[in-house]
Amino acid sequence: MKKIQNPKHKIQNKSKIQNSKLSEAEVKHIAKLAKLKLTKEEVKRFCSQLSEVLEYMEVLNEVETEGVEPTAQVTGLENVFREDEVYPSLKPKQAISGASAREGNFFKTGVVLEK
Amino acid sequence: MKLYQLTISQVREGLKKKEFSIKELVSSCLEQIKKLNPKLNAFITICEKEVLKKAEEADKKIRNSQSVIRNLPLLGIPIAAKDLFCTKGIKTTAGSKVLENYIPVYDATVIRKLKEAGAIIIGKTNCDAWAHGSSGENSDFGPTKNPFDETRVPGGSSSGSAVAVATGMCLAATGTDTGGSIRQPAAFCGVVGLKPTYGRVSRFGVVAMASSLDCMGHFTKDVRDCALILRVTAGKDEKDATSSPAPAADYLKILENPAKNFKIGLPRQYFIKGLDKKIEERVLKIVRLLGKRGLKIKEVSLPHTKYALATYYIIQPAEVSSNLARYDGIRYGLSRVKFGAEAKRRMMLGTYTLSAGYYEAYYLKAMKVRTLIRKDFENVFREVDLLITPVTPTLPFKLGEKVDNPLQMYLSDILTIPPSLAGIPGLSLPLGKIDNLPVGAQILGPQFSEEKIFQLARMIEREINEK
Repeated sequence: MKKIQNPKHKIQNKSKIQNSKLSEAEVKHIAKLAKLKLTKEEVKRFCSQLSEVLEYMEVLNEVETEGVEPTAQVTGLENVFREDEVYPSLKPKQAISGASAREGNFFKTGVVLEK
Repeated sequence: MKLYQLTISQVREGLKKKEFSIKELVSSCLEQIKKLNPKLNAFITICEKEVLKKAEEADKKIRNSQSVIRNLPLLGIPIAAKDLFCTKGIKTTAGSKVLENYIPVYDATVIRKLKEAGAIIIGKTNCDAWAHGSSGENSDFGPTKNPFDETRVPGGSSSGSAVAVATGMCLAATGTDTGGSIRQPAAFCGVVGLKPTYGRVSRFGVVAMASSLDCMGHFTKDVRDCALILRVTAGKDEKDATSSPAPAADYLKILENPAKNFKIGLPRQYFIKGLDKKIEERVLKIVRLLGKRGLKIKEVSLPHTKYALATYYIIQPAEVSSNLARYDGIRYGLSRVKFGAEAKRRMMLGTYTLSAGYYEAYYLKAMKVRTLIRKDFENVFREVDLLITPVTPTLPFKLGEKVDNPLQMYLSDILTIPPSLAGIPGLSLPLGKIDNLPVGAQILGPQFSEEKIFQLARMIEREINEK
């Protein structure tokens, strides 16, 4: 099995936004994580554009957030449950109707794990 | 007056008096589409055949029994859906080539509710791909043009929906608003646009952008129609766990009551440097008028406003990167190679800020600042009932003006983003035109205060129309 390569930059646990300039190596690594293929031009363009946006985010360093609870759900709903009942659902034929490759009632994909 | 110019309420009156048929109404809208869509590019898909068939069916229903008009609040009303809403059997692209061949096998909850209320889906409107954008220019199917000046943008991301309503191609249209995608195009096109409270309307079946922010709303020609549609779409949905169990009000009931006892706040951080002076003057003129009518006006402060954009551009791309990860081209849609530049940019940004070592500095920090922004609004709404602000810092800008500068483009949402982070409702109300271009005001209220917002919006609308 191929070993997943470590990114060129060192991972460190930063709690502050700093040095937001992205290198081309970093941009390539992020693209890999996001399963995106970028052209050389895109790598260059994203390098400067993403750096600019990340730099803008440094403004948040000014805000004191010690002891502030993070907001994940804004209206305050918690633990939404429902009865575990069987509802009508899509038929297999409907569920695979948009697939680019299929076999019978199955999605067809490339091999993920080899023997 | 042509039929396509009518509001939903006027159509309902006309139908009751048998002044015209639904087939005549939808034909009038279809004619507008044929005449204007080649220039404006508001629609990706037009459902002409099905619409005419559905119109005939609705006419038949009325012939059988007039009472069906009373029972179905949107009977025969041609409504367009932003191409982010799944429509059974109708192509749903999200404005992206990745989904150019995707035909859903089910309806989004909003679409189902509209249909059950009698509405006819006339087509699917153009939008920035995946709702990423503030100008409509990020659509993989070409930009939509502003009907008041075709060299300018109509706003985005719900670009086509705003244009379709403004030009009478339909009577109302659905939209999605994550950071201003309904309110901003509504202001740029001179129509009413509502972003309801987060969770007021189900998100089920709508292509997700940023799930902690996405709100399903709509565009209409006036405030009454806006309230009418929310009454249909609002409510708890078992299929969206974040939809609110709080009962929806009968939004039409107190619409015409004067809003005289309301206290209105003017947040000083929204009247900023860089705000077009003419827009500021127009908004303040309305506020002064409300003062004359007996409403109390108070200047208020939302101190964390200046951190909202940075907060938003951490949280939103992070959630985008997670939501767009599902598009693998295996179960439906095409491969990830088809993603456009802006979607890639946001996925990259989100993947970076969520990656090991950076999560705390970016995402967690942003979620904490989000709490402070939310609390700002909570504090202010202890002093006042509603807020009035401009919707956008500028009038509709030129096509191409901001496409190469993402940060400049992001800044055009600076007045609509903070309310999105707080999950509160916002309505964009037309205030006439400046230099022949539409301008709007944003009315904001606490979570689930849509009833009050409609009341104030209706009062202002009356004042403007009477002049």
